[in-house]
Amino acid sequence: MFEGWDAVVLARAQFAFTMSFHIIFPAFSIGLASYLAVLEALWLWTGREVFINLFNYWLKIFAVAFGMGVVSGIVMSYQFGTNWSAFSDKVGPVIGPLMAYEVLTAFFLEAGFLGVMLFGLKRVGPKLHFMATLMVAIGTLISAFWILSANSWMQTPTGHAVNADGQFIAVDWLKVIFNPSFPYRLVHMVLAAYLTTALVVGAVGAYHLLRDRHLAGARVMFSMAMWMATLVAPIQIIAGDQHGLNTLEHQPVKIMAMEGHFTSHKDGAPLILFGWPNQAAGRMDYAVEVPKLGSMILKHSPDAPMAGLDTVPRENWPPVPVTFWSFRIMVGMGLLMLALGAFSLLMRIQGKLYDSRLLHLFAVAMAPSGFIAVLAGWITTETGRQPFTVYGLLRTVDSASPLAAPAVASSLIAFIIVYFAVFTAGVIYLLRLMAAPPHPGEEGPRSDVPARAAGITPAAGVAAEGAAR
Amino acid sequence: MIGIDLPVIWAFIIAFAVFVYVVMDGFDLGLGILFPLFPEKRDRDVIMNSVAPVWDGNETWLVLGGGGLMAAFPLAYAILMPALYTPMIAMLLGLVFRGVAFEFRWRTTKERNKWDIAFAGGSLLATLAQGIALGAILQGINVSGRTYAGGWWDWLTPFSILTGVALVIGYALLGATWLVMKTEGELRDRAYRLSWILLMAMLGAIGAVSAATPFLSLQYTQRWFTFPNIVLTAPVPVAVAAVTALLLRSLANKYDYQPFFLTLALFALSYAGLGISMYPYIVPQSVTIWQAAAPENSQVFMLFGVAVLIPLILGYTAWAYWVFRGKVNHESGYH
Repeated sequence: MFEGWDAVVLARAQFAFTMSFHIIFPAFSIGLASYLAVLEALWLWTGREVFINLFNYWLKIFAVAFGMGVVSGIVMSYQFGTNWSAFSDKVGPVIGPLMAYEVLTAFFLEAGFLGVMLFGLKRVGPKLHFMATLMVAIGTLISAFWILSANSWMQTPTGHAVNADGQFIAVDWLKVIFNPSFPYRLVHMVLAAYLTTALVVGAVGAYHLLRDRHLAGARVMFSMAMWMATLVAPIQIIAGDQHGLNTLEHQPVKIMAMEGHFTSHKDGAPLILFGWPNQAAGRMDYAVEVPKLGSMILKHSPDAPMAGLDTVPRENWPPVPVTFWSFRIMVGMGLLMLALGAFSLLMRIQGKLYDSRLLHLFAVAMAPSGFIAVLAGWITTETGRQPFTVYGLLRTVDSASPLAAPAVASSLIAFIIVYFAVFTAGVIYLLRLMAAPPHPGEEGPRSDVPARAAGITPAAGVAAEGAAR
Repeated sequence: MIGIDLPVIWAFIIAFAVFVYVVMDGFDLGLGILFPLFPEKRDRDVIMNSVAPVWDGNETWLVLGGGGLMAAFPLAYAILMPALYTPMIAMLLGLVFRGVAFEFRWRTTKERNKWDIAFAGGSLLATLAQGIALGAILQGINVSGRTYAGGWWDWLTPFSILTGVALVIGYALLGATWLVMKTEGELRDRAYRLSWILLMAMLGAIGAVSAATPFLSLQYTQRWFTFPNIVLTAPVPVAVAAVTALLLRSLANKYDYQPFFLTLALFALSYAGLGISMYPYIVPQSVTIWQAAAPENSQVFMLFGVAVLIPLILGYTAWAYWVFRGKVNHESGYH
């Protein structure tokens, strides 16, 4: 039934689908691992019970989210070979080692210490346990380092050559790893992960404050999350702007698609706020634009000339409508986050942080905004570098495996069915965990195994004390 | 790097990663395969808890095997993965079900049975797919130029089904002897009885695969049965016989640790046998490790990391196992 389909399009759909599901979980667990490390450090430092309660509360959520990240991640590591074998053969010598280093320095570190982090507090004591938590948190960040380096090299390749077999080879590994877009992308993504987590934590805190504004755990997590929104949202907007300027320098065509600039502007380009990109006709329909502002933002001069897609051969155009709109969704989410951060700061200054129902409702509504922004951002950057896998050097159509369309279609359908079945259940369990309020004597994962509730460490002692009150 | 044959070193590193994966995730998956034989919730909780802290680390070796293959032998990765398309996708989906079940089954009472089925079914599917993939590699792959040239059902033959079933039996034996080591009482007794049956089945499977392999190609026959190779290959079946005898004795004497580690030895010998059959091909009969090797500077760049990090990884992995050492029982996850 799929004979008439294009195997490359199906393989792209499969990558987009599995990647979009996957990125949600690491984006959350990168931030959550760091948050857990902060909570445990605060507990060790202050001895306040509320911190270990919050730690155990979020640890259960982390365990479920991390598991989903692991299983969806293994799919990604094999998909390069199954669906993109030509890419693997040609690009494997350059990005393969970066991913191998990710496994060696990050995945093993996370997995090796995860068991102790989840189940080992009573076995190893609080100090060693904190080290395990720290290792998991550091592991998630190292993982981000390598995978974003690999992705950035595909966007802005440097430090390479091509050998007789048509394979890319590294000439200078430092130039490969620290390629021009990597530092910007790394900062932008890690901040995005932190914001995403903060918005979920803030929403959960706000949800419980709406029911009981005196709940200690909810107050602490809400306050911490709102500090993150207040401080990090503006930093992220600056980081995003810098990333955009870097993209203008190295991938100008992507910026043309993001801005919807089909035509060149000799004396100052407008900022197109909204419009309907008409790819076939090569023009922006129904454009709402501010004259000269595009050049002002990108070139810091209102009359600076800006080239448009009319200077680029048609076969090198990205899918402008997707890039254009996903970019606007991401920016919109960022502005909402900025508003939440500012509003919460205002309420905090007025002493109404725990009392403003409007703020709490706003924070609950913002729960998915981080995920939406992350997905929209990735769609922007990944569609914006099309039609290439290695920007300017290797076309997407030349990267795919020699597979028949029915094979790719069957596996795509299998992934869709399985992912919806499995991850829907997982998200329901996560929401169920989040719907329960954090309480004194909060237990870690496996709380239904009876003897786990009793123990000899300070953690259990504090928990027991809390429960006795 | 004159005088050092990098592709040979890397072949051993990848082989090592895959072997560690087989050993470590083997017993995890084996527990999943045996899950239907333990219908009681109490037993299932213990079985799950016995691997919950370590399964994720175990599975990471699979990522290293795949990622390492892409990095060190990109051509082999590019040929093998499309050739093994269906088994690979099946394995990945099986691992999805198996992996999420570790957490999901504790998060629901009503649907626990569903995730128990996912755990067992996912483990069985992933194992069968791995075994079939192994058989499909051994029987040879249709290659043209730098790409796979066969269809998407080429992997399915009686031989690949045989290796698939053999691996299911092997992992189940690893799982049963793991339970002997990690549990007590009635659960342990049942694991003993299962170990006997599975060991017999495993010996039958090793025999059947060994008997069938030489018929796949002339190369395998020459490799095993001609002089002077036979001087090197003959010790393998002799060692298998010796390990089997020790394993039978350890089961008869109801030892705790020996059955598991002797089963590992049996796996190591079977694995060495596979290595003898395949070397120096990475895609049997078409691509050697030298032809598939990544450029020297890619292999050198990673070798530094491997030399430092693998010992470190083995160290902290051993520590995690040490933290969760000892028997698991019903009253506590660990005691």
